[in-house]
Amino acid sequence: MKKKNKICTAIVSIILAILFISPFYLVLVNSFKTQKGIFSDVIGLPGESFTLNNYVEAFKHLDFIKSFTNSLLITVFSVVIIIIFTSMAAWMLVRTKSKVSIFIFLMFSASMLIPFQAVMLPLVAMAGKIHLLNPVGLVFMYLGFGTSLSVILYHGFIKSIPKEIEEAAAIDGCNKFQTFWIIVFPLLKPTTVTVSILNSMWIWNDFLLPQLVINRPEWQTIPLKMFYFFGEYSKRWNLALAGLVIAMIPIVVFYLAMQKYIIKGIVQGSVK
Amino acid sequence: MNKDSRKWFIIFVAPALFAFIVVVLIPVIMGIIYSFTSWNGIEDKANWIGLSNYIEIIKDDKTFFSSFLFTAKFAIVSVITINVMGFVLALLVTRGLKISNGLRGIFFLPNLIGGLILGFIWQFIFTKGFDFIGAALGIDFLRGWLADPTTGFWGLVILMSWQMSGYMMVIYISGLQNIPDDIIEAAKIDGASDGQILRRIIIPLVSPAFTIGIFLTLSNSFKLYDQNLSLTAGGPYNSTEMIAMNIYNSAFKYNEFGIAQAKAVIFLIIIAAITLTQMYYSKKREVEM
Repeated sequence: MKKKNKICTAIVSIILAILFISPFYLVLVNSFKTQKGIFSDVIGLPGESFTLNNYVEAFKHLDFIKSFTNSLLITVFSVVIIIIFTSMAAWMLVRTKSKVSIFIFLMFSASMLIPFQAVMLPLVAMAGKIHLLNPVGLVFMYLGFGTSLSVILYHGFIKSIPKEIEEAAAIDGCNKFQTFWIIVFPLLKPTTVTVSILNSMWIWNDFLLPQLVINRPEWQTIPLKMFYFFGEYSKRWNLALAGLVIAMIPIVVFYLAMQKYIIKGIVQGSVK
Repeated sequence: MNKDSRKWFIIFVAPALFAFIVVVLIPVIMGIIYSFTSWNGIEDKANWIGLSNYIEIIKDDKTFFSSFLFTAKFAIVSVITINVMGFVLALLVTRGLKISNGLRGIFFLPNLIGGLILGFIWQFIFTKGFDFIGAALGIDFLRGWLADPTTGFWGLVILMSWQMSGYMMVIYISGLQNIPDDIIEAAKIDGASDGQILRRIIIPLVSPAFTIGIFLTLSNSFKLYDQNLSLTAGGPYNSTEMIAMNIYNSAFKYNEFGIAQAKAVIFLIIIAAITLTQMYYSKKREVEM
């Protein structure tokens, strides 16, 4: 009976897994076909209509090296400043017992309720006036939007760290800055991993904010390039599919390398 | 607080707080003010027109109400499908099968890819893949997907269930792992069936995870934009346009910034109300259990 149960579970799981993977299969096989090949057979392997041309053209039209570099730089810079400033802020907010400190933390928490659309229009209008409609402005905005969740995550973790180590450091003559970076920050590593994974995934995939903030072609990130590319070639599925595959490769590689941390980070991020 | 510790407090907190104030706090306040004006998005001067924008949205703008209804309907259906599927997947991969880890990896994968790309993938599957299978097997039901409001609706539900159920699975796995093994062993010894164990022990003990799961999917469904844009772009004839896209179009398609901002304020109130109510009820239910 038990064995039978296990086999049933395995069969159901495998069927579901095949269903889950099938969209990727369809995109992948059809990205190697000619337009005609897709038209005559969507399900099968490429066979006679096999071509690599789609990839050559999609790579060129997506300006992939450029848009990949843009995405990478914007994501890395944003995540690094989010980590630096939110870990510092969270530590100070935990260690300072005052009304101001409680008020600031409550304000960060409450802002989790605000949807992006509620701030979108005034933010873009204001950013236009102070010349922030560029990648630097975008990174600054990611710090602003990323602050709440990251401060909350660090705040929760720092509360569990004993204060004694820091007091010992202070007696040894460390100022707050040294105490934080030498003693405290290394202890925060598990949360730093979570914060960096959650923020990288959000920023890497983000579409609407970059669309509103960076309008020059040479600044476009992968999602932006993909959007305009798709608009132009939506009738030519062979090219569009190759473009989709190219756009997905960096995320899949990142996932395979970091799977353990990603799943752990997701759980911690959602529980707060 | 003495002078020295105040100095350090400012140094440590100011950068994050400053970015937050400039990017979130000031725009929220400005947005609420703009919603009472004839703001056109470009000029600074905007005339105070009181509740006119709100009245116009309620009285004349049928698109906002219909996009709200569509979004609410979508949110209700997808919260159910995503959480049920997520929970089932979590049960399947915690049965100690050798392939469990690989399965988890597969179920979770769609969640990592951006909504825009996922929407394009499914646009291909619904319009080309479904059509091909429908034609080959003579199933009319599979043809012409995304060309009418109904298939557009279910297309979005399928896309979001595929993307988010792996995410919920991860949350429910951690809930399931928190259940001590000896409780289930004890129930087995007492002669409880698998169904009884699931209903009487597992589901009640996982209920905190359900709170999180339902909360996350509900607010995500209401805020959906990227997938909506890339799968149907609101079509045909705005019938699958969700709230976030309706706000965007008011501003950037029809240049009605004041109206768009008033819609955004209504949206803010809806999201905040849903989230707070849901948190309140879930907390209460947990206490009663």
